[in-house]
Amino acid sequence: MKHLLSTQDLSARNALRLLDTAEEMAAVGEREIKKLPALRGRTVVNLFFEDSTRTRISFEAAAKRLSADVINFAAKGSSVSKGESLKDTAQTLEAMSADAVVIRHPASGAPARLAASGWIDAAVVNAGDGTHEHPTQALLDAFTLRRHWARIAGNPSAGTTLVGMKVLIVGDVLHSRVARSNVWLLTTLGAEVLLAGPPTLLPVGVGSWPCTVFYNLDDALAQRPDAVMMLRLQAERMNAAFFPSTREYSRRWGFDDGRLALLDTMGLDDTVIMHPGPMNRGLEISSAAADSPRSTVLAQVRNGVSVRMAALYLLLSGDPQDDDDHSDDRPHQDDPFATTPEGRTP
Amino acid sequence: MSPDTTTDRAVDPAQYLIRGVSPLGGEATDLLVRGGVIAASGPDAASGAAADAVTIEADGLVALPGMVDLHTHLREPGREDAETVETGSRAAALGGFTAIHAMANSSPVADTAGVVEQVYRLGLASGWVEVRPVGAVTVGLAGERLAELGAMAESRASVRVFSDDGICVHDPVLMRRALEYVKAFDGVIAQHAQEPRLTEGAQMNEGEVSAVLGLTGWPAVAEESIIARDVLLAQHVGSRLHVCHVSTAGSVEIIRWAKARGIDVTAEVTPHHLLLTDELVRSYDPVYKVNPPLRTSDDVHALRAALADGTIDVVGTDHAPHPSEHKECEWAQAAMGMTGLETALSVVQHTMVETGLLDWAGFARVTSVTPARIGRLDHQGRPLAVGEPANLILVDPAARWTVDPTTMATKGRNSPFRGLELPGRVRATFFEGHPTVLDGHLSTPRRGQVPATAVDGEDAAWNI
Repeated sequence: MKHLLSTQDLSARNALRLLDTAEEMAAVGEREIKKLPALRGRTVVNLFFEDSTRTRISFEAAAKRLSADVINFAAKGSSVSKGESLKDTAQTLEAMSADAVVIRHPASGAPARLAASGWIDAAVVNAGDGTHEHPTQALLDAFTLRRHWARIAGNPSAGTTLVGMKVLIVGDVLHSRVARSNVWLLTTLGAEVLLAGPPTLLPVGVGSWPCTVFYNLDDALAQRPDAVMMLRLQAERMNAAFFPSTREYSRRWGFDDGRLALLDTMGLDDTVIMHPGPMNRGLEISSAAADSPRSTVLAQVRNGVSVRMAALYLLLSGDPQDDDDHSDDRPHQDDPFATTPEGRTP
Repeated sequence: MSPDTTTDRAVDPAQYLIRGVSPLGGEATDLLVRGGVIAASGPDAASGAAADAVTIEADGLVALPGMVDLHTHLREPGREDAETVETGSRAAALGGFTAIHAMANSSPVADTAGVVEQVYRLGLASGWVEVRPVGAVTVGLAGERLAELGAMAESRASVRVFSDDGICVHDPVLMRRALEYVKAFDGVIAQHAQEPRLTEGAQMNEGEVSAVLGLTGWPAVAEESIIARDVLLAQHVGSRLHVCHVSTAGSVEIIRWAKARGIDVTAEVTPHHLLLTDELVRSYDPVYKVNPPLRTSDDVHALRAALADGTIDVVGTDHAPHPSEHKECEWAQAAMGMTGLETALSVVQHTMVETGLLDWAGFARVTSVTPARIGRLDHQGRPLAVGEPANLILVDPAARWTVDPTTMATKGRNSPFRGLELPGRVRATFFEGHPTVLDGHLSTPRRGQVPATAVDGEDAAWNI
């Protein structure tokens, strides 16, 4: 791997290597001295065009635990179009010898653009781009799910896949980079993914995804999922007529106390409730659900550092088991006409 | 005033004997170009040629009427960093065009007689092709009140095509009035069919690819619903409607239905919509960002079939050059548009001729004859016959070339065909009897079209 841009083009082998490496990194986090010298002298830039304190500090902690030098570069999205361009920013970082750029950007595809442009040699890590992907979030979710799945099976986590697991993702899939990254990664790891949400918040074209789609949350819960992942709802979506009111949304697609009790009634003792945070308590998830023993919210945060350590480590230390050295030679990244006629009609 | 015709202009004094050329791909013959017209053909050509006639050996070349583009963005006035009338018309000549229609979305907008005359004059002064300004339908393309369509029609530019291209005339009352009003001077409204509310923030075709990429979808229905409304309006008021850059299979069905009902509608497709699909957007490379967006393979096949069967009447390039900084950025920030003048012939040959969907006569119909008729250009798109104006091109259909935007005459480097090998090269372009392109290279512009005093006076007026 040269970059980590999406989970859609992440092979199962690379995904498992990331998760297994993250297990080793997690062990470091349990030591008294939570630091490895692996990336000493390397520079990681956190390039955030969008506010996200949670993701930024998670990457910062990950880089520091690997002894990398960290530069935080906060740039507001509006300055991109009006002031310095992404190209100039990238070339500035290149001139400062950045080894890795962790980029959060409101425009879908900005990390891919950065990686393919030739403006910069650094490894690019997508820390969330628009409504496209958020691969490290999906990796930490998969890591959390895998630990849970291995624990109930009595197996060690490392090497385990998600085969046999049923994961339900609920809410605003249309605008969710977390949902997209999870759909690809969890299915790559063998899980079965179900989606539930209002039809207005499921993308046109979702029919081609490797998922089953439900418009009714209770119908989806009747499929007895092993995990329910609630997506954050942005209340302003209501203004664009995606749904009539937050109360109606909450009743139909919120994980409320009634649905929490339903899991018990159905005997789904091992079903966990996930949320990428930050949560809207009382909207897409009730406080009782968020704080219940089923909730993995805090474990997800904790695991985020381990997963991001693994990503930075594998990208920057030259992974000897790399199986896709040529990922950046893909036709869609360098020269769309080099090998494949895809996108052109013969 | 009447449109300028060849009779107003000075004529190239030289004679050109084109030997062994295949008109419309037919039997090889000779053509003699003299005095701005095709003066002789067959054995008469050589025997009628003067001793100092320039001979062009054209074995294996196809003669076609000069291409006529109904849809070109020349960017001047206002964005001369992107393109000028001079650079855009050079690109057009190299691409095999003898007439282009300059879209109205310049700055200032071509919504007055003054601006359209300026563009028209710049075209005459350049002399590479005939430049016909398109007039805006509404003042400032704002969609609120009609521009002075009559004044533009009666100006020296003799505007016949009116369009707010880039923006849809979405107010149904305004569209109805525009359709009705231009009947007074045989004008046509060229509609950019894009329902604005359905395309707020839209970035790419809405479908399987947009779902994966997380780019805001641009539904086909936004185009189709406007076309459906407009053909019904055109029928109701008995007017002529032209639909710009049709991009979806559904639009084709609506236009087919409208034509079957006898509605006076014509439609256009771009070369890029005949070849490229939204799969290319997976790269997030903004060179593939265009309005209307690249659609699916099914749409591409429907567009080709429609162009072959006449449901779609013409190819229009929608040549839209942009400075590189408008494309070297994130997808969402990037400008929409692609260059097309210098690749149009090759892309249409590749997608329509080499697939057997069109012969060269059909190619001439969709790239020259019908666009000239829609634009009311009497001396363009004419038969390759004795006595006709010598607006013609010589094409080597066997040539193969690889698209390199850095070597193009347009200022725009935003060609989506970059790196692609395409068939067909323009070897020569004759613009009213004068070769603007010879041996595949720019020759000289056609001289002496404009009375010097008029240019001076106009210069003084717009240089203040």
